[in-house]
Amino acid sequence: MKFLVCISNVPDTTTKITFTPDNKEFNKAGVQFVINPWDEYALTRAIELKEANPGSTVTVLNVGEADTEPNIRKALAIGADDAIRVNAAPTDAFFVAEQIAAVAKDGGYDVILMGKESIDYNGFQVHGMVGELLGIPTVAPAMKLDMSGNAATLEREIEGGKEIVQVNTPFVASCQQPMCEPRIPNMRGIMTARTKPLKVVAATGSAARTQVTEYALPPKKQGVKLIDAANAGELIKLLRNEAKVI
Amino acid sequence: MSVLVVVECDKGEVKKSSLEVATYGAQLAAQLGTSATAIAVGEATEDNLAKLGEQGISKVLYDKEPRLKDFVNNAYTKLIATAAQQEDAKVIVLANSNIGAAVGSRLSIRLQASLATNVVELPRTDGGQFTVKRGAFSGKAFSDVVLTGDRKIIAVKKNSIEAHHEAGKTAEVAAFSAQLGDQDFADAPKQVVMQDPAGGILLPEAERVVSGGRGMKGPENWGLIEDLAKALGAATACSKPVSDVDWRPHHEHVGQTGITVSPNLYIACGISGAIQHLAGVNSSKVIVVINKDPEAPFFKAADYGIVGDVFEVLPKLTAAVKELN
Ligand SMILES: Cc1cc2nc3c(=O)[nH]c(=O)nc-3n(C[C@H](O)[C@H](O)[C@H](O)COP(=O)(O)OP(=O)(O)OC[C@H]3O[C@@H](n4cnc5c(N)ncnc54)[C@H](O)[C@@H]3O)c2cc1C
Ligand SMILES: Cc1cc2nc3c(=O)[nH]c(=O)nc-3n(C[C@H](O)[C@H](O)[C@H](O)COP(=O)(O)OP(=O)(O)OC[C@H]3O[C@@H](n4cnc5c(N)ncnc54)[C@H](O)[C@@H]3O)c2cc1C
Repeated sequence: MKFLVCISNVPDTTTKITFTPDNKEFNKAGVQFVINPWDEYALTRAIELKEANPGSTVTVLNVGEADTEPNIRKALAIGADDAIRVNAAPTDAFFVAEQIAAVAKDGGYDVILMGKESIDYNGFQVHGMVGELLGIPTVAPAMKLDMSGNAATLEREIEGGKEIVQVNTPFVASCQQPMCEPRIPNMRGIMTARTKPLKVVAATGSAARTQVTEYALPPKKQGVKLIDAANAGELIKLLRNEAKVI
Repeated sequence: MSVLVVVECDKGEVKKSSLEVATYGAQLAAQLGTSATAIAVGEATEDNLAKLGEQGISKVLYDKEPRLKDFVNNAYTKLIATAAQQEDAKVIVLANSNIGAAVGSRLSIRLQASLATNVVELPRTDGGQFTVKRGAFSGKAFSDVVLTGDRKIIAVKKNSIEAHHEAGKTAEVAAFSAQLGDQDFADAPKQVVMQDPAGGILLPEAERVVSGGRGMKGPENWGLIEDLAKALGAATACSKPVSDVDWRPHHEHVGQTGITVSPNLYIACGISGAIQHLAGVNSSKVIVVINKDPEAPFFKAADYGIVGDVFEVLPKLTAAVKELN
């Protein structure tokens, strides 16, 4: 079984988001980048399934510029076998999806795993696009993934419940908790990651279909109005008469 | 040219988020000088579909194929693509739900359209450009995005548009068939398992949310959260550590790595207000924080606060709500 795990390089979850003075770009200064937290579920689950199915391989794929390589190496340290970086700025989801689909087709991967969504652009879309580009099913977001030969059983989250879905390879799934316990690299992993293959390939495909023109921060809160705990019922009156939300 | 609105139905009713989407689509159609047609998916009744006139929809396409009752990605995509072609729809509007996003992303490839998800406002269409505002950085920011394609697909974030109701207006419900066959249903789910949410209100669609953190001390104390939620007609939610240790189910976990909610009222009980938690809730209209630590960071993001012990404050709040009702 050949697994392809797509990882996105995103600002650490503790990042205070700021933009350049013209609000046209995200301000990367001093920001720590990490593997997108959802993608860690995809990576760990792929490694678990590889361990359970000897002869399998896990390839990580990132569409990004050279500054994403530390996180690609981290994915190799966690247990992927090799990596591919499509050398391009990932400026549009459709563009990214085309790169992923091209690599997937070329390499004949059986299972393409992604995260539920990127925590920076929150598109929740690349997995559907890749499935459609390849003409294969996408299961998103998946909370559980089990494989038996070519057949996969997944639990897909829906509002208010879940669906049990069965698909055969090849397919795309986007992963979220509680699929597995994401692994962290150990010392041996870090050592071996240095020599694992990381192939850099040029981008293919067509132009972007969207363009970000400006960013904005949410409006600031006015400040908190405190109510005495002894008189807590007063809060309910304020919510009805002042805030008018109940 | 028209605007096509995808309306999700469940147990005969149009979902709340789809009433918002219908409103968005109708207002957008008015802005573009055209009309809004809806295509229904899920289990619908003709009476409820006709009522979409109240949101400003003029016509609703309805395919009675029984297998469309549950979500099937391929079948839904083909259904909507066929409707878009028939109606010559230049803009398709759907909910930023697990169904809407799954279908929207496939449609964007099939129809060669520009896709914007998580959209929070009507687009600006002046000067020949089509610009939408969408949530980014998991609730920490917004971005303006220009959709350059000839066709556009917009997935509207829940609770960001208020559903319009113009009593008495009805839409024409028109029979429609996308000629779906067995192969379109090959990826149908084998089983659908619904969990009845506490108090019967779904968290992603809720207008009010009562949420508990580690300060609640243990799952045995959640009755206090549920009582207040019930009195308010609210859904229940929790912080990540609470679901990590299984005090509460994962689908209640809100935040940067959980679900993002934007209710009218979010009441946080015994939650410190870590940046990852705030990211998922800070677009709520009114935030109330109950925490015994006056230095808890959550107070900085709150509109109302009570510095106090949740075990004393929550019963008082529940009693006050009951008194008011
Ligand atoms: C400098 C810069 C400029 C940008 N400008 C724009 C812009 O103008 N318009 C715009 O729409 N977006 C812009 N983006 C965001 C970019 O489009 C996103 O990387 C892309 O849209 C994918 O993010 P998403 O949130 O849509 O992915 P989602 O659909 O939320 O991601 C789902 C999954 O897809 C996989 N994935 C996502 N991205 C990658 C990747 N790069 N490599 C490998 N796997 C990946 C991951 O597994 C992820 O969990 C810009 C980004 C950068 C860095
Ligand atoms: C990659 C990553 C992603 C994350 N994603 C998320 C996410 O999506 N959502 C999320 O919630 N967290 C997330 N976290 C975790 C986050 O950093 C915090 O650890 C978490 O939100 C804290 O949960 P809490 O507020 O319930 O607990 P704590 O931080 O322990 O706070 C408990 C609070 O309860 C108060 N308290 C205690 N007893 C009482 C009492 N009797 N009465 C009143 N108040 C009381 C305390 O004063 C304290 O403020 C993430 C972390 C990481 C590293």
